[in-house]
Amino acid sequence: MTVNALYPDYTGQPRDGQERFHGGAVVYVSWARHLMFTNPYAFLVMPDLKVGDFVTTMLAPAYGPHPDWAKIDWASARWTSNGKPVTLDPAQTMGAAGVHHKMHLQLETPGLDGIGGSGI
Amino acid sequence: MSSTKKLGLREKYRLMTRGLGWDTTYQPMEKVFPYQHFEGIKIHDWDKWEDPFRLTMDSYWKYQAEKDRKLYAIIDAFSQHNGHLNVSDPRYVNALKLFLQGITLSEYSAHRGFVHLGRQFGGVGPRVAAQMQAIDEVRHAQTQIHALSHYNKHFSGFHNFNQMYDRLWYLSVPKSYFEDALTAGPFEFLTAISFSFEYVLTNLIFMPFMSGAAYNGDMATVTFGFSAQSDEARHMTMGLEVIKFMAEQDPDNIPIIQKWIDKWFWRGYRLLVLVAMMMDYMLPKRVMSWSEAWEMYFEQAGGALFEDLARYGFRMPKYADVSIKEKGRYSHEAWAALYSYGAAAGLHTWLPKQEEMDWLAEKYPDTFPDFYAKRLEHWRDMQQDGQRYYASALPQLCQVCQVPAWFTEPDDPHTLCKRETEYKGQHYHFCSDGCKDIFDNEPEKYVQAWLPTHQVLQGNCGGAELPDVLKWSGIDVGRDNMDFAGSEDERHWNQSIGERK
Repeated sequence: MTVNALYPDYTGQPRDGQERFHGGAVVYVSWARHLMFTNPYAFLVMPDLKVGDFVTTMLAPAYGPHPDWAKIDWASARWTSNGKPVTLDPAQTMGAAGVHHKMHLQLETPGLDGIGGSGI
Repeated sequence: MSSTKKLGLREKYRLMTRGLGWDTTYQPMEKVFPYQHFEGIKIHDWDKWEDPFRLTMDSYWKYQAEKDRKLYAIIDAFSQHNGHLNVSDPRYVNALKLFLQGITLSEYSAHRGFVHLGRQFGGVGPRVAAQMQAIDEVRHAQTQIHALSHYNKHFSGFHNFNQMYDRLWYLSVPKSYFEDALTAGPFEFLTAISFSFEYVLTNLIFMPFMSGAAYNGDMATVTFGFSAQSDEARHMTMGLEVIKFMAEQDPDNIPIIQKWIDKWFWRGYRLLVLVAMMMDYMLPKRVMSWSEAWEMYFEQAGGALFEDLARYGFRMPKYADVSIKEKGRYSHEAWAALYSYGAAAGLHTWLPKQEEMDWLAEKYPDTFPDFYAKRLEHWRDMQQDGQRYYASALPQLCQVCQVPAWFTEPDDPHTLCKRETEYKGQHYHFCSDGCKDIFDNEPEKYVQAWLPTHQVLQGNCGGAELPDVLKWSGIDVGRDNMDFAGSEDERHWNQSIGERK
């Protein structure tokens, strides 16, 4: 049973299918060991946006206030989704990199552990 | 019946409750009461319902009218004597804004639910009880609005609570909670509101706000609290009666009810995160910590309750253990998020003063000094450099509780807790196993969630820029939101106190 309803075959209309986002996709991002950002963020991303531009135009304004942001070594930074590694090439578009609607991406930056190493 | 003979209480009670019901003959009963079967709850004898209060409608009106007269006399006096200037600290008023924005219209939602039950229950005993509670709830909404209307003359954030409740992002937490209950069947509604909320969790709303009001010199809210107290006692007793009645009617009811208890415990607990934050951060004079309150009212009182209910086959709600693991972090995670979203809130936020930091360290020695304090101190440094931190990106929300996904892994407070499920080709995200379970049990219901973040990104909330969204949400931008420091509230308060001296 997928719902407890007064009549059989009740179905609900999802309110956040990709068709409702004017060609964009919602992408969630969190940055491990940096809980100054209290929760994952949601970004609306066009599929032809380059990964590198996603980082500089969308993530940098959001995460830039943290002193660790400027110290990120992008060569060693890793992305994961649901615990599995994801390869994001800065030259690729988000669509070509396989970033899909309502995907969660976690940024891991080894060596950077937040304010005073506290994970904040 | 002789018109001269006075009725005994018992006889009067019988006539004014059971005596008002009848079995329909023009239409079959199941068509007259269509809602009471689809949930699978089996009721064999409605007469077994014991109304613990034996209150009849005529005495109900008399009693409530008397209480209202007293309440309004005190509110008038409070207003005439500028009672708002007696509160401990002007930041306290933000707890009242949260109350008016988040709770008052939830009372109204509860009213709507009980009106529905007052019509739809087949048994006349619970029908009358639901009708009375429906009147209680609408009266609570009204008296809260009146009690707080004086503050609206002197502080921001009170002026537009009705529009905010429907549109402002963090208020979708209480709104969606009540809409979930209202769209459930009548027995689930009672398990959600009367038992899980009013019986198991209500002390955790009532005590912090009402004792908080008393500690902080707010006589208007204290008086409302006293006026509502006898109603709350009645609601609590009804909550327990509901569970016992359903359990005793048929053993097949037990697993259905247990599932609802699991669900509504978790939803109620997530809703209470707003109260946790209020207790530990928004009350300038603190009553007790969230952690202490959770121990006293849930672990001890709730534990004893579920021991008692074990004879019916009930057990502690699922994930009660997670709530205990989270008690040392619950309020800190919430206030940090609200502080960082302070530009988008209908109330003011701030960093704790040094003596408040000391209190937090004393109450949370294991979690606060080495971790949460670090975040607040870093923000304090930023603020002193003129860089008050405001988050600039929208939060990911939980599909079920609609709280931004700020909760951390039950066994690792340093890592955000992320759960995901796929349903009909769509991805859905949750803050916890508790919320994911609720979705997985009824996905067709929760795929419809109106998540503010997604609605903003779809362009349905007044525009693309934050000020447009806030205006659409009912916020007076620049007055209601931002840090307490530098706010109009702070200016007005200092002016009024200065004039008084």
